[in-house]
Amino acid sequence: MNRIDLKFNELKDKKEKALITFITAGDPDIVTTVNLVLEIERAGADLIELGIPYSDPVADGEVIQESSQRALNNGVKIRDIMKAVEEIRNKSSIPLVYLVYYNCIFKYGIEKFIRECRQVGIDGLIIPDLPLEGRGEIIDCAYENDIYIIPMVAPTSEERIKKILKDGRGFVYCVSIKGVTGTRDRISTDLRGYMNLINEYSKIPKAIGFGVSNVEMAKGFSKYAEGVIVGSAIIKAMAASPNKEEGIRRAAAFVKELKLALRDNIS
Amino acid sequence: MKGRFGQFGGQYVPETVMNAVMELELEFEKAIKDESFLEEYRYYLKEYSGRETPLYYAKGLSEKYGGAKIYFKREDLNHTGAHKINNVLGQILLAKRMGKKRVIAETGAGQHGVATATVAALLQMECEIFMGEEDIRRQSLNVFKMKMLGAKVTAIKSGTGTLKDAVNGAFRDWVTNIDNTFYVIGSVMGPHPYPTMVREFQRIIGDETRRQIIEKEGRLPDYLIACVGGGSNAIGIFYPFIEDKEVKLIGVEAAGLGLDTDQHAATITKGSLGVIHGMKTYVLHDEDGQIMPVYSISAGLDYPGVGPEHAYLHESKRAQYVAITDKEALDAFKELCLMEGIIPAIESSHAIAYALKLAPKLSKEEVIIVNLSGRGDKDINIIAREMGVDLHE
Repeated sequence: MNRIDLKFNELKDKKEKALITFITAGDPDIVTTVNLVLEIERAGADLIELGIPYSDPVADGEVIQESSQRALNNGVKIRDIMKAVEEIRNKSSIPLVYLVYYNCIFKYGIEKFIRECRQVGIDGLIIPDLPLEGRGEIIDCAYENDIYIIPMVAPTSEERIKKILKDGRGFVYCVSIKGVTGTRDRISTDLRGYMNLINEYSKIPKAIGFGVSNVEMAKGFSKYAEGVIVGSAIIKAMAASPNKEEGIRRAAAFVKELKLALRDNIS
Repeated sequence: MKGRFGQFGGQYVPETVMNAVMELELEFEKAIKDESFLEEYRYYLKEYSGRETPLYYAKGLSEKYGGAKIYFKREDLNHTGAHKINNVLGQILLAKRMGKKRVIAETGAGQHGVATATVAALLQMECEIFMGEEDIRRQSLNVFKMKMLGAKVTAIKSGTGTLKDAVNGAFRDWVTNIDNTFYVIGSVMGPHPYPTMVREFQRIIGDETRRQIIEKEGRLPDYLIACVGGGSNAIGIFYPFIEDKEVKLIGVEAAGLGLDTDQHAATITKGSLGVIHGMKTYVLHDEDGQIMPVYSISAGLDYPGVGPEHAYLHESKRAQYVAITDKEALDAFKELCLMEGIIPAIESSHAIAYALKLAPKLSKEEVIIVNLSGRGDKDINIIAREMGVDLHE
């Protein structure tokens, strides 16, 4: 069974909401990434999205753009990230998904990329610039290797939702806003109506992401879904730290706070 | 996937904009068949932009090079000084028809930005232009023009600060303001329907050329030559001739400091298959798919991708793609100034340079048409710098 399913089943039994955290692989360096994953797991993260840094991340706001650029400036390559995942897997069975732009997979070689994902222990892929219409290029190869392609839904999806979620696996990535990633003070989407629509078409767990800037917002989002995705806020906290060790410490403290709030929320 | 040219093209965009591109596709298909829309488009092309543009026989230049007859399609004589306005008029009229209040655009050399700001002023739309920081530095005159025309110019600091980053910036804005904003893409690139839509708004160049050359020579040309960054002026002149197999189509990319260096923008010549800005096409990228920095003296040609229809014309061998260096383009620029009294855009100078290489090898009966896509006023500063002349007072 895929680790993503195992995790959501486990959380369901415990009546807990999933805390999904995004970090950029290789920011500030790949050794720190390995330690960071292990530390934020310990702090309560349930699933980790590892961002493969990309030169032209059109779905991302400034915080993640800059984080990607730092990683690329350090020369991090896909093969380094694969090795790091292998190292993490020796010590942890937390579900891991890559957040990866399509050109990275395409140029690296779709089959090679997916085979390596399975070898090192990646459980799924989130590909923000590969909509439903392009999924056919990759999905058979991915499913044969038990790599999930996480379906993404946006507030503009409307009648596309049904098609997007047909045969969806893992969880549904529900984009909370019209816009790119990055923290917001508040969001204007009618989450209740939006999530009702999504729930109509899919039985797999839902997680809401984009725009979460603090514990209160995470708590708010978690009322409507089985999980909440936090990215830019964690990276911001790390980037503002004076050194790597402090960065890991602050990220872990923030994750811990988030997870506690999500636990409290179950009533 | 929709909007394919062979294996190229498609719609590789975030889910948030999928409904918007699908709506655009529908509205465009309706508009392009609607006589009242076309009438309005043609009205502005004629009365506002000054079409049709001349097909000019460069007698002096042809005689000097001693081979084929060289004609120039004078897109530089359009309002705002380049072919860009053909497409912008079409797209902004469509935006208006769709009830949008705000238009955004990316720009490299600033020509598309100026054209968009111009038509936005004409049709009273709110306008924001995204431009890379490096390009803002290189093209300060155009930046000032856009501001005079009432547009907001937003500098993009990320990445290399050039055209591709301006596209990223415009794209992010579009995702955020999808309800009220129309993204006016400046070339035959991006997700479907843009490559097709922009081609349809630029084919006026080739349609006129065809009529004009038959009038002047009583036959079709032997060669059509145009510069290719994204490739809109080239598709515009090529498209109506695609079925005429005897007409050879040549796209000229920017070889920058040379194809043997990493300082060029020759995407078809040196790139490989990839996905960029919503389309599958040739891309200059490394083995991990990271888009590589590109370079050309011309801000309008330094783009690491190319329109998917060009990729297809290359793969199917219907068109040939070559590359011209900065130096060759500069020499051609000077030559056109001295021999014909025309100051061409540095982009178009790449096409001229190739024509001047080719012409002497051909017979006097053969006919070359070069798309003179823009005028060179905007490039005077950079040309002066290259020549070691200080224009600052």
